[in-house]
Amino acid sequence: MAEKKIRIMVAKPGLDGHDRGARILARCFRDAGFEVIYTGCHQTPEQIAAAAIQEDVDIVGLSCLSGAHRYLFPRVVEVLKEKGAADITVIGGGIIPDQDFPRLYDAGIKAIFTPGATLEAIIDWIRTNIKPRG
Amino acid sequence: MSRRAFFNSLLEGGDWVTVYFTKNTLNQSKELSDKWEEEVRQTVARTPDQKARCSTVSDLEIKRLYTPEDIEKTDFARDIGVPGEFPFLRGNQATGYRGRYWTFRMFSGMGSAKDTNARWHMLLKEGNAGLSTAFDFPTLMGYDSDSPKARGECGRCGVAIDTLDDFRTLMEGIPMDKVTTSMTINPPATALWAMYCAAAESKGVSLAQIGGTIQNDMLKEFIAQKTFMCPPEPSVRLISDTVEFGTKYVPNWNTISISGYHIREAGSTAIQELAFTLRDGIEYVEDVIRRKGLDVDEFAPRLSFFFNAHIDFFEEICKMRAARRIWARVMRDRFHAKNPRSWWMRFHTQTAGCSLTAQQPYNNVVRTAVEALAAVLGGTQSLHTNSLDEVLCLPSDHAVEIALRTQQILAEETGVANTIDPLAGSYFVESLTNKMEEEAWAYIEKIDAMGGMVAAIEKGFPQLEIADAAYRFQQQIDAGEKTMVGVNKYANSAKQEIPVQDINPQVEEEQIARLAAVKRRRDSRAVKRDLDELKSACKTGKNVMPFCIQAVKDLATVQEICDVYREAFGEYRDPGLY
Repeated sequence: MAEKKIRIMVAKPGLDGHDRGARILARCFRDAGFEVIYTGCHQTPEQIAAAAIQEDVDIVGLSCLSGAHRYLFPRVVEVLKEKGAADITVIGGGIIPDQDFPRLYDAGIKAIFTPGATLEAIIDWIRTNIKPRG
Repeated sequence: MSRRAFFNSLLEGGDWVTVYFTKNTLNQSKELSDKWEEEVRQTVARTPDQKARCSTVSDLEIKRLYTPEDIEKTDFARDIGVPGEFPFLRGNQATGYRGRYWTFRMFSGMGSAKDTNARWHMLLKEGNAGLSTAFDFPTLMGYDSDSPKARGECGRCGVAIDTLDDFRTLMEGIPMDKVTTSMTINPPATALWAMYCAAAESKGVSLAQIGGTIQNDMLKEFIAQKTFMCPPEPSVRLISDTVEFGTKYVPNWNTISISGYHIREAGSTAIQELAFTLRDGIEYVEDVIRRKGLDVDEFAPRLSFFFNAHIDFFEEICKMRAARRIWARVMRDRFHAKNPRSWWMRFHTQTAGCSLTAQQPYNNVVRTAVEALAAVLGGTQSLHTNSLDEVLCLPSDHAVEIALRTQQILAEETGVANTIDPLAGSYFVESLTNKMEEEAWAYIEKIDAMGGMVAAIEKGFPQLEIADAAYRFQQQIDAGEKTMVGVNKYANSAKQEIPVQDINPQVEEEQIARLAAVKRRRDSRAVKRDLDELKSACKTGKNVMPFCIQAVKDLATVQEICDVYREAFGEYRDPGLY
């Protein structure tokens, strides 16, 4: 039987339209052999959580460059939890100041990637930490 | 003959094409080049080049040497000429920067209207000549600060504006009859421009006296920046409304800033930026003529453009020179404009945010200086220089000051403003300018064949061309084929700490409270009547601007006006192409 692929949702929460990074990552994940769902811009945390459950993904990667990650990232984790999908891993990236890392980790974001993170490092982290659910 | 075929026929040379160099010079050049090539072959055999292939940041291959033969088909009067004359390759102004420098126009906006007003006063005091407004995301997307969609965003990426009350605070103490203001605003452009008009009137400044720019370029939003609200067709219609209103009542206003900046930031090549931007411009001109019945010369002189100054020095200079020449040809030959002012391409430039690095952020000062120099040599009319910390946060006062001083040093110390278009006639610069023009025409004709830019956007054509280019660049960075200092080369682990400008979360609370107070205070029946009238203008095709101005005077909010558009025209959703 073929090995089950990792299913990842790349999501853009909030009103930010800076999607260059998110779209490049979506392509890289596809090339790395993941199954990729890209939400497009302007999704609310509620929409992202609902779509993640609907699509039965293993992991959600959030991208935000507007500074609104402090509210939006934790809110995605919170809604997933409310809907009984706390097992979906949430990671994030974008323009995230160092001083915001602790509060994001505390809120349940499992990894944060900022400018300079290589595509390879991001893919490695996912391969190491995510086991596709059967 | 198509424009491109015509251009190619010029390059191939017809009987009537004059030759730029004498036969003797070309013979000498050929002879010496042959000798030089042999020398190069021998040298490379001993010491190979550092790279097998040299290319621009856009991956356009560059030759080792350019010679007279590369531009031998040039017709001086037709292709180069003098500043202030068709084809404006060498600039719009006959006097260049001697008459006046480019406008130092620093883009700024953060927190509340009061915070931004304070930054503006600081900038004007330090020699900034024109204002340029950054709005926060809720304002940019047509939501009020109290909308659930705005949570966490208020005042973060720019200034939060909900009503005319905020706008008046923003303009406090700013002489609106003297200072020109640019506003980076797109889907809600009609509402924010209406506020500007109303704020001016309340200071006793007439519409004929105010000057400035609204970005108001929706096509590039669908292509690249993704700040959209309604579908492309009605979005273009609202833009044509502003062009018509400006032409009739606000003669010194630039009602569109046709923008390549965001196309480039999304990862396009320089040629894609050039081609898509100019094709967007063509689309707007066609729509205004068709929908409003205006003569091209009535409104074309107020069209303005906005380009990126990326890190590849010569490519940027050539892009800007080519842009002016293509636009002049488009306006004269495609739209048969008669007024030389219609042939002008006036543009603002901003240095490339995407070229800056979060690593070793002080290096960004150097990048910005080089990019700004390219913009000046490319003949920009106004310039924003990015601050070194803009990859990390909104710029701090100190970082903004360095960025502004960069422009002042270029203008007043380096001597580059002494003479106009100093790179003209360079074999390389003219050849690359020609190449960029030729490739831009190929794209323009391809989009023409698709039925125009709206049709091309609906097919996802420009979006995917840019996505391909962005992906290719990222792969080149990851493979080390292209260098970003401090990122994939000369990286070090020692972190350079820089002060990070933060926005107090209280801004959001206070803004929501202010909005609530306005909503209680205003005459809500008047607001409802205004919005109903706006809705009916949307349906009947009447120009929306007078209705917007009335609505903002009665303190209708940005979102209330935009909700009318959403209801009348529908909402556009990101197709999520990647």
